[in-house]
Amino acid sequence: MGCKLSAIMDDPGSVGIVETKYLTFAEPPQEMPLECGRSLGPITLAYETYGELSPAKDNAVLILHALSGNAHAAGFNHPHERQSGWWDIMIGPGKGFDTRRYFVICSNIIGGCKGSTGPNSVNPQTGRPYGLSFPLVTVRDMVNTQKVLIDHLGIDQLLCVVGGSLGGMQVLQWVVSCPERVRLAIPIATTSKLSAQAIALDEVGRQAIQSDPHWKDGDYYGKATPRRGLSIARMIGHITYLSEKSMHQRFGRKLQDKTEYGYNFLADFQVESYLRYKGDNFVNRFDANSYLYITKAMDYFDLAQPYGTLEQAFAGVKAKFLVISFSSDWLFPSYQSKEIVSALRHVGAEAIYTEIQTDYGHDAFLLESEQLTSLITNFLSHGRRRAS
Amino acid sequence: MGGLGEKIRLDDAGTVVHLTPVHQTIIDLIPEGTRVMDLGCGEGDLMLALKVKKKVRAEGIELSEACIQACVAKGLFNVHHGDLDEGLADYPDKSVDFVILTNTIQVLQRPMFLIREMVRVGKRCIVSFPNFAHWSVRWQLFVRGRMPKTDHLPYEWYETQNIHLTTIDDFREFCRKAGLHVLQEVPLRTSRSGQHTGVRFLPNLLADSAIFVLEEGAAPRANSGAARSAPHGSSG
Repeated sequence: MGCKLSAIMDDPGSVGIVETKYLTFAEPPQEMPLECGRSLGPITLAYETYGELSPAKDNAVLILHALSGNAHAAGFNHPHERQSGWWDIMIGPGKGFDTRRYFVICSNIIGGCKGSTGPNSVNPQTGRPYGLSFPLVTVRDMVNTQKVLIDHLGIDQLLCVVGGSLGGMQVLQWVVSCPERVRLAIPIATTSKLSAQAIALDEVGRQAIQSDPHWKDGDYYGKATPRRGLSIARMIGHITYLSEKSMHQRFGRKLQDKTEYGYNFLADFQVESYLRYKGDNFVNRFDANSYLYITKAMDYFDLAQPYGTLEQAFAGVKAKFLVISFSSDWLFPSYQSKEIVSALRHVGAEAIYTEIQTDYGHDAFLLESEQLTSLITNFLSHGRRRAS
Repeated sequence: MGGLGEKIRLDDAGTVVHLTPVHQTIIDLIPEGTRVMDLGCGEGDLMLALKVKKKVRAEGIELSEACIQACVAKGLFNVHHGDLDEGLADYPDKSVDFVILTNTIQVLQRPMFLIREMVRVGKRCIVSFPNFAHWSVRWQLFVRGRMPKTDHLPYEWYETQNIHLTTIDDFREFCRKAGLHVLQEVPLRTSRSGQHTGVRFLPNLLADSAIFVLEEGAAPRANSGAARSAPHGSSG
């Protein structure tokens, strides 16, 4: 373990040991009104920061995560941690988000189960976990809470807001909700609204959870949890994050620890065994109700809806955009990014759009990529220079 | 045509771009402060030069991921990944002043389709292409009986992407059939030293490339023919 610690300290590209912080606000009676008409308070938001805020406070980068992510984007929370933060490949000294130049903030989301207020939090009024009494939160609500965090950090204007998938939806919501507060925006592998197919897949995942006998209308805290249901939901989700080609390359029809079919329903194929592993692993780190709430927030997300059209939604944006999609992403296909770019062009916003050729599907944004690093590095440095 | 260009220093900040003689002539043709779209913008050299020299608002469409990365590295923030053979459906009518297509029309699947898209989206279009009727091309095919290879057409027949090569006379005919109004023709001759000069005499034989300025042909052609002009001297 001492070795691990020194390895972390010696890695010049790592932010090292970092601490997850928590901001609590909206204490009753000043609860935060939500899009669904209800209100929520108190609200706790988990976040981490890396690097130093410049004296002019003009180097802040806000990183927003996807469905199963958390505030821990880089480095290690403690020396024994086996895995670094979820976007460690992009955040650190000399990396895409160079922490020698930028003050990087990663914010968690409400509705989740990673330290921020969500259905597994204790409702102070009842002294019991919210469960299904937790209000439906939307992407706009998530962004509203993040605004409070950015205010708290004393930052008027963010140099950049960036995120993939659900994180990209938050990016889009940020530039529309607070056009004056974002100079550069990087929505990756995202969409301004989910397709019917994507909603359908979310719904199958939710049905898997809700049909688990342990789910009990969400009131399972302190008892047996809906492990099977959540595991199946994750298995479905995981299929949507990969491409047909990458699954074929990785698993093909290879058998797991055997050379002949078993002629039973145990996991013969490696891909079956992999999905079961992914599902079981997820259950240990995620709350089933949070899965329901967050997927529903994604389904409800429709950036254009309150404004009529996407062009009208973007009417006041000030930010410059780097919009990135992945060629093999069939969950949020490239045409959805192109729609965003087309609307941005219509309102005169500067936008770079690129489709990165990859076989890794939707989850490609989490993987090490020279293209992604080069694009982000240059976009940030030119963007910062241009604005100053 | 990588070998034909030269490095040009744009400003005191030391911005350097790689421009071909055709690029330099096109820069002369673009008025200051206009809105310009460069189709197949490559690494963005022409866009950057136009931004610095002519203060244009430039945007580009490019198929190559690597080229888009190079554009971003130059600080060009208006570049979209796209395939010109799919047209310009995302771009509204007359939304830019000039749509530029340099040395690319010969690789398109459907030149007529794109040229119509160009005059739809742009008030005017600038198209450049290598002239396949240049004497050196004719010489290689007619006398030597070989597939022509020139500075402008450097590829072997089995490797070339040039599937729709044309001549100055054929392009003029193409414009007429497409219902386009030719505002200006600039036939060019490039010397070994990289200097480029306008060609007034027998352009279809002596010019190695040409630039056409076009617009939608609604206006009746009052004059007997299009204005033919040489570029503003050489800028070697």
